[in-house]
Amino acid sequence: MSNNETSIVLEKGISLWEDAWIKLRKNRMALIGLGLLVFLCVVSLLTPWIAPYGYEEQNLLLGATPPSAAHLLGTDIFGRDMLTRIMWGGRVSLMVGFIATAVALAIGVIYGAVAGFVGGRVDMVMMRLVDILYALPFMIFIILLMVVFGRNLLLLFFAIGAVEWLTMARIVRGQVMSLRKQEFVEAAHSLGLSQWIIIRRHIIPNTLGPVIVYTTLTIPSVMLLEAFLSFLGLGIQPPQSSWGLLINYGVETMEEYPWLLIFPGIALSLTLFALNFLGDGLRDALDPRTSKD
Amino acid sequence: MALLEVKNLQVHFHTRNGVVKAVDDVSFSVDAGETLAIVGESGSGKSVTCYSLLDLLPKPPAVIEGGTAMFDGKDLLNCSHSEMRHFRGNDIAMIFQDPMTSLNPNLTIGEQLVEPLIYHPDKARRKDRATAKKRAIELLDEVGITDTERRFDSYPHEFSGGMRQRVMIAMALINEPRLLICDEPTTALDVTIQAQILELIKKLQRSRNVAVIFISHDLGVVAGIADKILVMCAGKAMESGDTDSIFYNTQDNYTKRLLSAIPEGAKTMKNRAQPDTLVEVNNVRTWFKDYSGSKVITVKAVDDISLTINRGEILGLVGESGSGKSTLGRSILQLVPTQEGSVVFDGTDLGSLSAREMVPWRRRMQMIFQDPYASLNPRMTVFETLAEPLLYHGLADKNNIDQQVQQLMDDVGLARAHMRKYPHEFSGGQRQRIAIGRAIATKPELIIADEPVSALDVTIQAQILDLILNLVERHNLTMMFISHDLSVVRYISDRVMVMHHGVMVEQGDTETLWANPQDAYTKALLKAIPLADPKSERSRLSAI
Repeated sequence: MSNNETSIVLEKGISLWEDAWIKLRKNRMALIGLGLLVFLCVVSLLTPWIAPYGYEEQNLLLGATPPSAAHLLGTDIFGRDMLTRIMWGGRVSLMVGFIATAVALAIGVIYGAVAGFVGGRVDMVMMRLVDILYALPFMIFIILLMVVFGRNLLLLFFAIGAVEWLTMARIVRGQVMSLRKQEFVEAAHSLGLSQWIIIRRHIIPNTLGPVIVYTTLTIPSVMLLEAFLSFLGLGIQPPQSSWGLLINYGVETMEEYPWLLIFPGIALSLTLFALNFLGDGLRDALDPRTSKD
Repeated sequence: MALLEVKNLQVHFHTRNGVVKAVDDVSFSVDAGETLAIVGESGSGKSVTCYSLLDLLPKPPAVIEGGTAMFDGKDLLNCSHSEMRHFRGNDIAMIFQDPMTSLNPNLTIGEQLVEPLIYHPDKARRKDRATAKKRAIELLDEVGITDTERRFDSYPHEFSGGMRQRVMIAMALINEPRLLICDEPTTALDVTIQAQILELIKKLQRSRNVAVIFISHDLGVVAGIADKILVMCAGKAMESGDTDSIFYNTQDNYTKRLLSAIPEGAKTMKNRAQPDTLVEVNNVRTWFKDYSGSKVITVKAVDDISLTINRGEILGLVGESGSGKSTLGRSILQLVPTQEGSVVFDGTDLGSLSAREMVPWRRRMQMIFQDPYASLNPRMTVFETLAEPLLYHGLADKNNIDQQVQQLMDDVGLARAHMRKYPHEFSGGQRQRIAIGRAIATKPELIIADEPVSALDVTIQAQILDLILNLVERHNLTMMFISHDLSVVRYISDRVMVMHHGVMVEQGDTETLWANPQDAYTKALLKAIPLADPKSERSRLSAI
């Protein structure tokens, strides 16, 4: 022990986040997941410049063709290039997935942490509000929003985020309520730390495990929710597309043109795999109790 | 031939970090009517030894590598599942440590008691419900539960901890076992209840002539009831022999250390109390309202308590669980709201301050908590934990924080190399050192220590107590030391206060109070302390 004292100090990071990064770098699956996600995001960003065709470019004479040299992933019934449509669809799906989840995460964690930490009457009022929102039928809520604000993509993010944060708030509140009674939080009180510092430094980092897991589950469910809304005509409109919509259309023609289902399906599954590996890796990395090797 | 004869037992745990030899070549035997105590600190393998006899170990990671355990001509380590079912609860019964969690909260205790009789694996020995109930009620009477006909249909939450442990004992005895394994049966209980349960086990053993294996970390507890003692450390048997020879003719160094670590006798350091008062508590009442039932119940945790603590003094606060001693400590620090009364710290009424005004005062008073596993943030390194109070109160800045934290670690006896480690990488004693370091970081004048050594092994406990005494002297601290353990309080305090059901029953100079307690409760409390002396302990137990 004594002869490598200095190396211990140098090797380890200063804070939880630095330690987490060191551990994450050693987790190969998580790194693959991270790499895949970065790749998908970069492709989505660059789509307008690198897509082989225009996303609304039809070729009715061509019709649905299986993958070929000209169309790597085939074409749909209107003769539109599937690769192009998947790339454009990914822009929408990833954006909805990440932004709506980020909205849900931010609102849910802060709301839940405050409710759980303050407790008592404040908690009761805050959680009844959550219950009321839960009870509100989702579709009516969205249709109302559409009527009032008109249809646009931003509203879609907002609507989905506004629904998804409820469960997050409940999870975080439950965690915080049990953490609040722990002695280390009491110790922080007796050190005179302000409530906000206690929530930020002592409470939220200890809720990260379940929050990360739930986040990785939320992103795919948000993507599918978008597909559902779009299918009903409440989300994005053709000729624009998303992975969820492509899959929906693919299901209809599954028997004749299976590639219309398979390729968008692969794109979505790859994203979910990447997210799950990254989520697992992050959860382990942020828990000091898992070993560093 | 002995009833149970264990030879060369070896149990290994195959973990990711390599093989742990939990039990390494341990042999012992117990006869009918005999009590064997297995004593050791946490991690010594004493529980694993007994769990392996009933095949209760999680496998994997546990693997029984070798040895035999002959019980009545059959090897327990080498029998089929169905044979094992016949031994369990039938010939061999077990009592667990925590009576709060070892009873099913959704079944009445009567239902749980008759279960082993009605669903006996041996069909010939099954009883019908009426006979089983009669038998269960007899046993409840025998273990000292009153009004048994009615209580038969009560749920576990309607019983106190001591009563639940009596129910557990009745449950263990219902099939008339020949061997009773008690795994720390009194550790979770108050000292007065502990004495009663020990006496009960002793009495039942005599009347039924069963063999008892009594697992404990406390040599004082086993002194009065054990015939033989096996001392274990890190999986190995250190010493074994009859009780008197272990206590009066100790051979092994580890056993000697265990015995000398038991705090005994009066405080050896001088009383440092100065004439001026640091803390003055006037008629404080802290009541909680419990809304969980149909009626709102007011719990008078602290009821009209007044006290003063002089600068430099160590005040011991003694009481059993639920006496309100922890709440009083937290009331003084303004961590729980008080209903009435005032806490005056160094001339200022703390109750009149707002949360913001309180911050500089918080620096001057700190707390050490009981459970070193819960009182440290698992996601903060030692450095972060110790640096937080220093930086927050402006006692250090970015340039000298490393040096200040290292200074603190030296103070509480932690190696500097561990600075970047997380709490889970430390043992209980080391964690408590971190927690103490955090408490003294702000250079406080008053420290309230809430059972700081209760969760620790006895040898570690002695080290931490000495560390606390040392720090009190070096940093000129005033301390309120809360504990349920009277020997510890006597060892450390200048003055003692006894609490019972939220009120103060007696206070006075430590040695005066020990020599001549006035209040009946104090007398009972002092009489219930188990002593690490078999002769006086035996006479004490038979006197109760």
